[in-house]
Amino acid sequence: MANSILRVEQIDVHYGDFHALWDVSLVVEEAQVVSIIGANGAGKSTLLNTIAGVKKPSHGTVQFKGNRINGIPPYQAVVEGISMVPEGRRVFPRLTVLENLEIGSYTTKARKRKKEALKKIYELFPVLEERKDQLSITLSGGEQQMLAIGRALMSWPQLILLDEISLGLAPVVIKQIYQKIKQINAEGITALLVEQDIKRSLKAAHKVYIMQSGRISLEGRPESLSQEEIRKAYFGLSDLNVKSEAERDV
Amino acid sequence: MLAMLAGLKNPIMNGLLLGGLYGIVGIGMSMIFGIVRVVNLAHGDLVILAAYLSFVTLSIFKVSPLLSLVLVIPAMFLIGFIIQYYLVNRVLGKDMNPPLLVAFGLSIILQNLLLLIFTPDARALVTNLSIATLRIGNFVNIPVVYLVDFIVSLATIFLLSRFFTKTYLGKAIRAASDDEGAAELMGINAKRIYAWAMAIAGGTAAIAGVLVGMTFTFYPHTGPDYLIIAFGVVIIGGLGSLLGTFLGGLILGLAQILGAHFLGPGFQLISGYVILLVVLAFKPTGLFSKG
Repeated sequence: MANSILRVEQIDVHYGDFHALWDVSLVVEEAQVVSIIGANGAGKSTLLNTIAGVKKPSHGTVQFKGNRINGIPPYQAVVEGISMVPEGRRVFPRLTVLENLEIGSYTTKARKRKKEALKKIYELFPVLEERKDQLSITLSGGEQQMLAIGRALMSWPQLILLDEISLGLAPVVIKQIYQKIKQINAEGITALLVEQDIKRSLKAAHKVYIMQSGRISLEGRPESLSQEEIRKAYFGLSDLNVKSEAERDV
Repeated sequence: MLAMLAGLKNPIMNGLLLGGLYGIVGIGMSMIFGIVRVVNLAHGDLVILAAYLSFVTLSIFKVSPLLSLVLVIPAMFLIGFIIQYYLVNRVLGKDMNPPLLVAFGLSIILQNLLLLIFTPDARALVTNLSIATLRIGNFVNIPVVYLVDFIVSLATIFLLSRFFTKTYLGKAIRAASDDEGAAELMGINAKRIYAWAMAIAGGTAAIAGVLVGMTFTFYPHTGPDYLIIAFGVVIIGGLGSLLGTFLGGLILGLAQILGAHFLGPGFQLISGYVILLVVLAFKPTGLFSKG
């Protein structure tokens, strides 16, 4: 077995009375790209949020580099080496592009290597350097997504979590961003991404997990999965136990 | 006509200078409202607490009140941090009422504590600046203490704005106020950041308190008067910029002094509040708010 950087074991997650994740396990090998796909409300974002420390599992463990990290707050997870690009980008609107990036290197360790990180990110996304003094709210959607990714990279993460990065973007921009993800991964950064776009995910990932109603319904290497299997796992046509409560994306 | 304008020189000058003092009174409250989204009902009492701290310092060391800031600012900084970290942070959440009640309770406690320790007697921070007047040209007479208030306020606001744009902590405070959740994903402990913000607000209350004490007399129950002034400044200036708050202070000061000039001293406070109502009616987000 290669080195697994992230190991999620049998976690359950609740939002109040709502049981969002059921017995979810997942393994991510170092320096790979892993995709989680599934329909709205399948629990993909909840899973990412749990890994990032935003949600706490009520049962099960999350291990990062062999250490148990469930229960640590998100600002600690960053120190450990996990960085998240949240759904909807969530750049700081009243901060400039450069200030957004600087906030990405807030941790003590990252602060020392800020200049080096900035240089790398400007190479990856030259448009961010051109617009560094603009307020981030004035950027286009694609540029904001690049900023959100750049900001997450400023902390020198070993694992980057990408939540629905293609949401609301033009296909040409999506393609460009996925090329960048490939470049980032080529530098040895492990990527775990959540997508609704099946085709795009299968193409980008070394391994995919398909989620449905808060459970993992299928996992494997993209080339080893048949279309029929994927469709079943995604839409759950054969599964009569699909609860309507899971339709909501929480 | 010209004579009337010449007669206005003094009230306009005094109004603007008084407004500078109002600006520094309001800035801490504006910060906390903008960053932590808490209406700090104890802000006026913090200002008066700082005035009393300065009063105590001066009774030990016979120095100028401005010099007492060397001790009063760190003390208020610490008090602000503790209030936020150990009290307000515990009740922060979706509901705005619990922090409001905590601040209200704190206000009552502070007032009665001051009453207990210092008795209800009027106090003032005595300085020879209080009686000096600067005469410019033939018409304008400026009380020196007003000028000092104005300059110190302006300098404080300048330093604060440098702090917010140049330092990591300043940027982190702005980031947390933009999006708390996203800030936490970047490694920022938002609760701790709020405590720093309240500490800084405490520091501005220290400066405001010393200036207020030099300019006017104060009692244990004077806090709410300054709370209302701070409210006025925040409402007129709007949230979002330090300069806006300062300008809000100038407008309120000007309105009060001009009101007193034209209508008589009894109308000083009410003319300030009339301006407040006008702003609320026509631009409820404040004159200088962004967006």
